[in-house]
Parts: sequence; C-alpha cells; structure tokens
Amino acid sequence: MKITKNLALSESGFAFNGSTGDSFILNETATFILQKIKEGLSEKEILDLILKEYEVNSIQAEKDLHDFITQLKIFNLLEE
Amino acid sequence: MKIAVTGLNNTDNPGPGVPVIRSILAEKEFEGEIIGLHYDNLEPGIYMDGIKSRSYMIPYPSQGPEALLERLKYIHFREGLNVILPTLDSELYNFIYISNELEKLGIKTFLPTFDNLEKRSKDKLSEFCKSANIDTPKTFILNSQSQINEVLKTLKFPVVVKGIFYEAYICYSIDEIYSNFSKIVSKWGLPVLIQEYLVGDELNVAAVGDGEGNTLGAVAMRKLFITEKGKGWSGVTIKDDNLIEMTHKVIKALKWRSGLELEILKSRNDGKYYLLEINSRLPAWVYLTQASGQNLPYLLVKLALGESVKPYEDYEIGKMFVRCSIDLITDIKTYEKISINGEL
Repeated sequence: MKITKNLALSESGFAFNGSTGDSFILNETATFILQKIKEGLSEKEILDLILKEYEVNSIQAEKDLHDFITQLKIFNLLEE
Repeated sequence: MKIAVTGLNNTDNPGPGVPVIRSILAEKEFEGEIIGLHYDNLEPGIYMDGIKSRSYMIPYPSQGPEALLERLKYIHFREGLNVILPTLDSELYNFIYISNELEKLGIKTFLPTFDNLEKRSKDKLSEFCKSANIDTPKTFILNSQSQINEVLKTLKFPVVVKGIFYEAYICYSIDEIYSNFSKIVSKWGLPVLIQEYLVGDELNVAAVGDGEGNTLGAVAMRKLFITEKGKGWSGVTIKDDNLIEMTHKVIKALKWRSGLELEILKSRNDGKYYLLEINSRLPAWVYLTQASGQNLPYLLVKLALGESVKPYEDYEIGKMFVRCSIDLITDIKTYEKISINGEL
C-alpha cells in the first residue's frame, strides 16, 4: 500500500490531497492508520499495532481496517 | 514606471484588474505607480485604497479602437504610461488593433495575437483540440433551432447549451433546450453551442505563454466554492501533472502569447481530462498564483518591457484563496468628481 502522491496529513487529523484539492477530517484511529500506511507498514503490521494500541477484538479490528482501506481507495488516497 | 490596468470591476462577477494590480504591487522589485482604467463609475477598484494612484474612464469596447486610442493618448499625455495590461476578454480585440500605435507612443503591451483569439474561440475549440490531440466534450455549433433534433440523434440528455461568448445551461429536456436557445440568441446572437454534458471535477490553470510556444508559468487550482453565477469564491492550488501537461500542449500548439486560463474537466466516468474552454486573459483568481510562488501578472509586465524572464518551474500546493465581499465607504463628492471629470 502506498499513500497517493501529494497527500499531506497533519497530526490534527486533517488530510489534504494536493493532486485533487479534496480535504478530509479523520478521527484519531483513522489518522493513526493513515500515518502507519505513510510509514510503509503493511495491512497486517497495522492490524497488529491496532490490537496493541486499542481494546478491540481481532475480527472486528480486521474488518474495520479493511473497510477503511477500501474507503481510502474509493477516495483515491491510496495508489494501487 | 507607470502601469495602466483595466478590469477594476471587483463585483460578484469580478474582473481580473484588482488581483492583477495586487500581484504587481506585491512584487518586491516593482517601483512605480498603477493607473486604473475603468468603464463604469461604480467599479469598486476605483474606490479601493492602495490599489491605484489615479483612475480614468475609457470608452466601452463597442465604441471601437479609434475611440479607445484617442482616450489613451489623453491619459498618456497626463500620465506618461509605460505599460498597459488589459485584463478583459471583450476589450482585447481593440487593444490588439491599436497595439502598434501604442508602441509608437512608447506604451508597451504583451497581448495575444488575432490568430490566438480566433483559434481558441468557443466555436473553433473542437477543431483546435482535434488538431492538437486534446480531449474536449463533443460540441455542435448551431445556427438555427431547426438543427436541434439532428444534434439529439448523437447526444444524450442532459446536454449543455452555451452562448458563443457567455452563459451556459444544463438542459434535461428538449423544451429546456428550445427555451435556453432563444434566451441565449437574444443576448449573444448566433451561433449557439450544444455540448455533451460530462460529470466530473472542474479544474483551472492560469498560465503565461511567450508567443513562441513556451510556457513561462502555470498554476493549477480547484474551486472549493462556486457562486450561483459559476464564479469561484474559494479555491486551492493543486499539483496534477496532467493539467500542467495539457497547458504546455495548448500553449505550444497555439504559440500563445500573453496570459490565459484553461478550464478543464476531469471526468468521473473515464478519468480523462477534457478541455472545456480557453479564456484569453489571466483569471480573477490570479492573485493566488503570486501567493503560491508564480507572479504571472508581473511576468506580463516584464515581457511587455522586453526583459528576459526565467520560466517558473514550481509553485506551492495547498495555497488557498477565499474571496470576500465588503462595503467600501466613500463620499458623494468623490462620485461626483469621477462622474463629471471621468477621472479620479
């Protein structure tokens, strides 16, 4: 997974896609995930970190993470 | 140095004059004065502080190039102008027509050519795009209402009905086409254009060409808020190589001289970029180009003066503009002066 070119993500959770002009407000978990994708971590590695960081069962976390990544693709925030 | 600038109509359908002036004044190396040229006594730029030293009324474009030249001779006699930057589409023909006379008077310009204007006109755009291998929505040029049914054999609803100069309506039925066709003809005359309606994001590029096919600067922007009149009230600079590549292609193919604005649609259906329009002047949002690192209006000043310029290669993305509407307070005495004397 690779974040789309020109995507700026701030610690406050504000993301700006400099290629399209779209901007997004992310919650804490979404910001955490996007930050980890930006650092080059795989989906599996991010899932492990979420399970360490948050009190959530693995099935739910995996499903939510997958859904979120799908959304990122829909909004063209991830490069294939 | 004295630079005269037109288009001080900073209304809800703003001319580019005030942002062009603000860009020039923002340039550190600029030393000189701005002289406003206005068509109407209520153009807000006349009354704004810190925009121009003096402003003079000039005749409307419909009065022709001779009337314009006579008035500019008087203004030049009073002011000693070095450069004139016209900023409105409708006045360009007259200014191009008298540009040699202005040069003889010592007034420099950097204008598009008649050929530039002709090839980018709305009724010639499809032909140009075909020759330059640029995508553009399917467009039909109609000289009579009787051609509408023929067009609808090719296009599906909705379609866009456009005037040759201004105005465009999205039409969902044949009745709407007929009604808007008549409305447009009564205002702008024939021909009327009927265009394929594409769904997508409208993006804009402001740029300057040197007349030899080279692009000297180009900044892309996406409108974030659009008024009922279709004007961008807020926008942000973006970096999309496809937009800049298309701009280089257009400027190269047309050998565009001067400033221009491209309106481009990125289709949500096929992801392609379609050229919608080429406006033959810098846009009203041009102050954003200066803020993002490319002072396109000042580039035109340097080109007019014949100075060598280095092409801009980059700009800052994420620079935003938000337009505002405020009430300027003046006195009836000021309005009296401008109404009686034609200058202030």
